[in-house]
Amino acid sequence: MLERLPVLQRWVGDTRLLTGVYWGLAWGSLGLLGYWVMQLGLPIFREGWVGISWGFLAEEPLRSGRAGGIGSILLATAWIVGICLMTALPLSLGTAILFRQFQREAPRLIVLIRHCLDVLAGVPSIVFGLFGYAFFCQFMGLGFSILAGGLTLACMILPVMIRVLEESLAAVPLAYEWGAVSLGLSRVGILLNLLLPRALPGLIGAIIIGLGRAFAETAALLFTSGYVDRWPQSVMDSGRALSVHVYDLTMNVPGGERSAYASALALVLTLLIINTIALACLHILQRRTPANAALSLGRSR
Amino acid sequence: MFLSSSLVDRIFGWIVRGAGWLSVSILGLITWFVAWESLPLFQKVGWREVFGAKAWYPLEGAFQYGPMVLGSVLSAFGAVMIAVPIAFGLSLGLHFFWSRALVGVIRQILGLLVGLPSVVYGFWGLVTLVPWINQWQSPGTSLLAAILLLGGMILPTMTLMLDQSYARIDRSAVLAAHALGLDMPRTFACVVLPHTRPALGAAISISLGRALGETMAVIMVAGNIVQVPSTVFDPVRTLTANIALEMAYAMDQHKAALFFGAFLLVVLNSLVMVGGWLTRRAGEGVHA
Repeated sequence: MLERLPVLQRWVGDTRLLTGVYWGLAWGSLGLLGYWVMQLGLPIFREGWVGISWGFLAEEPLRSGRAGGIGSILLATAWIVGICLMTALPLSLGTAILFRQFQREAPRLIVLIRHCLDVLAGVPSIVFGLFGYAFFCQFMGLGFSILAGGLTLACMILPVMIRVLEESLAAVPLAYEWGAVSLGLSRVGILLNLLLPRALPGLIGAIIIGLGRAFAETAALLFTSGYVDRWPQSVMDSGRALSVHVYDLTMNVPGGERSAYASALALVLTLLIINTIALACLHILQRRTPANAALSLGRSR
Repeated sequence: MFLSSSLVDRIFGWIVRGAGWLSVSILGLITWFVAWESLPLFQKVGWREVFGAKAWYPLEGAFQYGPMVLGSVLSAFGAVMIAVPIAFGLSLGLHFFWSRALVGVIRQILGLLVGLPSVVYGFWGLVTLVPWINQWQSPGTSLLAAILLLGGMILPTMTLMLDQSYARIDRSAVLAAHALGLDMPRTFACVVLPHTRPALGAAISISLGRALGETMAVIMVAGNIVQVPSTVFDPVRTLTANIALEMAYAMDQHKAALFFGAFLLVVLNSLVMVGGWLTRRAGEGVHA
C-alpha cells in the first residue's frame, strides 16, 4: 500500500522536518503576499491622494482627462451600474426562486439552467463585450450607449447574482416552509411573507456583490458603452465608465498619469465602501441563520 | 395576503420559469452571435488560408492565430505555476499556524484583492512591475510581466478556494487520524491533502480560466507584439488583448477574424473547464 502513496505522504519520516517545511512555506508565502500588497497599495494611495479632491470628483474631464475631474464619468458609471442591476436583479431573483420553490415541478429545467450558468460564469468578459456589441449595439440598434453597456454587464453578473441569491434563500430553514405549507399558504404567500423577509440581508448582499462586479468591469464596456467623457444626457448617450477612464488615461493619454492615479484611487475607495457594506450584510445574515447553514456569499470564485 | 390561490401560484410559476429560460437563452445568444459574426471570415478568406496563415496582417487578409493562442496559454499556465505554491503555503498558514486575528485580517485582504478591478492591477503593473523588469532586461513589457501580474491576480481566488476546501473536510476523518496518533503534518499529508485533491483541481481550472480570459491587465503589461516568444523577456500578445486592441477600427473580415478569436478563446476555456471537471470526477471516484 505504502508504495502507491504520493511522494509527500511517503515522506513523513521526520515530523520536525515536515513541520519546518510547512512552516517555512506558510510564512514565506505570507511575506510575499504582504510585500506585494504594500507594493500594490502604497503608490495608489500616496499618488492618488494628491490628485483627489471634491472638485476632482465633481468636474468634467478636460483635455482628454489630463486636467479637470471625473464628475461626468462617475455619473455615467452610476447609470451603467444602475441599469445593469435593474435588469439583472429581477432575472436572477426569479431564477433563484425557481431553484428554491420549483425543485419538484421543473427538475430538468433546473439542471439545464445550472449547467448553462456554470458555462456562462467561465466566459471571459471580453467575449461578453463582443457579444454586447453584436447583439445590443448592432442587432438591437442601441449603438454605443449607456443602455447597451448596462445590459451587457447584466448578462455578465447574472451567474454570480443567481448563486448568491440562491444561497441566501437556501439559508431559510426548510422546516419554516413546511410550517407555512401546512398552514395553507400559497407559493407567492410563502415567498412574500417568509422567504424574502428572512433572506433580506442576503438579498442586499447579492445586490452589493453584483454592484462590485459591475464597477470593476472594463473589457465588457469598451465596445458597448463607448469612450465619450461628456456629461451623459440620456441612457442612449455614450458614456465612459470609471474603469475605462483609468485604462484610457494610462494607455492612450500621455501625461495622464496623475489623473489616472486619482481615478484609480476613486475606484478602489468605492469598492472598499461596497465591500464593507457587503460584509456588514453577511454579518447580520450569519447572526440570523442557524450556525450550520453553509454560506460563502459566492466570494470563492 | 395571497393565502392559497392556485391561479396566482400558476402565473407565478410561469413568470419564474420565464426568468429561468431567459437566463439560459443568454448563453445561446452568445454562442450564436459569436459564431455568426465570425462566419464571414471563412466565407471570404477560406478555411485553408486561415489555418495556413504565416503572419497576422489583418488588413492584408493574413490571420495567424498560433502565436496569440500560445501567448494566452503560456501566460495563463505560468501564472498558475506561480500562484499554486504560494496559495498552498497561505492556506496552510491560515489553517495551522496563524492566530485567529491574523487569519481574519488575511482573509479580509484576500477578499478585497479578489474584487479589485483588473485595470487597477494593470495600471500598477505598468507603473511598477514593468519598470522593475526593465532594469534587468528591456523593454520590460513582456511575457514575464504578464505571468507575474496574472499570478498575483489569481492568487487570492485560489487561496480562498483551498481555504474553504480544508474547512469542508469531514471532521471524523481528521479525528480518526488524531486517534491513531498522527500529528499535524502527517494528518495534513495523509488525510487532508487526499481529501482536497478534487478542490485543488477545481481551484486550478477556475484560476486557469480566469487567467486565460483576463484582458485589461494583460494588455497593459504584455507588450502586445504578435510573435512566438523565445525568452520570458519577449513581448507577447494574447487572444484577449488582440480583440480589445483591434476592435476599435476593425472592418468586415478583420472584425470577423476578431470574433473568431473570441470563439477560439471560448474553446480554450471549455477545454480547461472539461479538464477541471474530469480531475474532480477522478478525485471523487478515488474516495467514493
